[in-house]
Amino acid sequence: MKTAFRVYTSMFGIRFNYNLQYRAAVLGAIAKGFCWAMMEILGYLAVYRFGGDALPMDFSSTTAYVWAHQSFIVLFSVVFADTEIYSAIRTGTVVYDLARPVGLYGKWFCESASNRLSFALVNCFPVLILGLLAPAPFKLTLPASSPQLCLFLVSALLAFAVTVAIAMLMYISLFYFISQRGIRIIVRSVTTFFSGGVIPLVFFPESVQQVIRFLPFAAMQNMPLQILCGTITDADAVKGIGFQVFWLTALVFMGQSAMKTATKKVLSLGG
Amino acid sequence: MIEFTNISKTYRVAKRQAGMKNAVKSFFSREYNDIHALKDVSFTIGDGEMVGYIGPNGAGKSTTIKIMCGVLTPDDGVCVVNGRIPYRERVRHVREIGVVFGQRSQLWWDVPVIDSFDLIRDIYRVEETRYRKNVAELTELLDLGEILKTPVRTLSLGQRMRCEIAASLLHDPDVLFLDEPTIGLDALSKFAVRSFIRRLNTERGTTVVLTTHDMQDIEALTERVLLIGRGQILLDGRLGDLKKQIFGKKIMEIVYQGPLPALHEKMTHVESHPERLTVSFDPEAFPVPAAIAWFAANTELLDVSVTDLSTEELVAALYKEYRL
Repeated sequence: MKTAFRVYTSMFGIRFNYNLQYRAAVLGAIAKGFCWAMMEILGYLAVYRFGGDALPMDFSSTTAYVWAHQSFIVLFSVVFADTEIYSAIRTGTVVYDLARPVGLYGKWFCESASNRLSFALVNCFPVLILGLLAPAPFKLTLPASSPQLCLFLVSALLAFAVTVAIAMLMYISLFYFISQRGIRIIVRSVTTFFSGGVIPLVFFPESVQQVIRFLPFAAMQNMPLQILCGTITDADAVKGIGFQVFWLTALVFMGQSAMKTATKKVLSLGG
Repeated sequence: MIEFTNISKTYRVAKRQAGMKNAVKSFFSREYNDIHALKDVSFTIGDGEMVGYIGPNGAGKSTTIKIMCGVLTPDDGVCVVNGRIPYRERVRHVREIGVVFGQRSQLWWDVPVIDSFDLIRDIYRVEETRYRKNVAELTELLDLGEILKTPVRTLSLGQRMRCEIAASLLHDPDVLFLDEPTIGLDALSKFAVRSFIRRLNTERGTTVVLTTHDMQDIEALTERVLLIGRGQILLDGRLGDLKKQIFGKKIMEIVYQGPLPALHEKMTHVESHPERLTVSFDPEAFPVPAAIAWFAANTELLDVSVTDLSTEELVAALYKEYRL
């Protein structure tokens, strides 16, 4: 057990070193996060001026949602720069992955998670700090109670895992398709839209919400961000976490069995 | 011990004619070609053997290696390596083998080589002292030294390949599979890689299975050669025996002055240029000294050279004979 853990920490370590090299990319991501958050907040400000009462979240909650969303965007994006995995499948370097004494699902899950986490660890704090320091109506307010903060952290961790589990299904699907571009575009738009990456899920019409709140995408960022900005609290938050656990288990199970079939059937041609 | 028994593997590959119309057509219905990469292949490789696996492109070499590594599952037949079926117990199997795919890289592109080695150590759970010892030994034998601290992207192909080979040996595998380990290397790097593999085989007793298109690799490294073509094992034997058995002839080139000398009845004419003649003959029926004596008596002989068929020529001839 201890040694198995060592494999994964080691994979994370090399990933972290790897990503830290790209300083320009890190700075760019921070600037983008900040500017994008400001733009969104200004957009919402305009909306709230005209019909603030009709909206399901108050302005300060929405602001918090936006800041947190931009800070942790890397953690909760299904389509992210996992170039090694894409090229491993496309060029057939996956044979090296298969020649290692670790399960491919675990290896890729870990690599993919490490990749996001190492980027997020560098990117999130500057944006978070800027959000906390911003002037009053635009600033990020953290939940006052510490249980709520704990619930947020647990939920965020689960949302992160669900995100990677969905990404894994996408990677596995690439064994059957030649090009990853189309798949990535579809997956990116679907997952971003239905996970609350464009607008929080509570902003959708009630009838639509009846459906989307049960989809696996609702187990992603929407849950922790709603907990953070206080629209989901206490018992509802715990229920939400249960919902996330359910989808995580289901997705990992699906991914592992899909991986088994894929690696059995798939040819690795060329060379 | 590697046992390959009646293994078959077929790939299904979509085909389509060139052009727009066919591209659209294939969008709706596809035709497939069955490619028989391996057809009923059987062989056995003993512990500590070093075997060269040759054959033209697309003959099924890589498929064989991938089956032995547990990456591919054969459609038919059984493969057993060290008492395990690789594709059934992949994780446990690969712990005991090393593999280098010459056309791909297992090293992390943007970080120093030693970082990749450390990761491999953790993946294979190599004990720290053993790991240090192995790195030190491999560094010395493969002359890695400073290279270890360099990011892989800045290495030359020869340096990278030496690192790839070292990376596949950090966990002391019993069997090493090398799929075209010298592809694209310069003479010096090839030489270093070959002498290292030879030492590995003699000193550690590692079983080595090697595929290559470079006949010098085969000549320098392997006693036993397997020739595969169109998915079947065509020949299995020692390189020297093959040469003797199939082309047991000597080739003699002479430089002479004056008119073209007459040939002995046991000689076959190969080619002739002015004042230069090449013949071949069977040394069992007609010994080399007799041939030299024959020419010495019949012409003014200036120079003589006698050669066997080179390995390159042997293989080219074999490919031709089996219509590969």
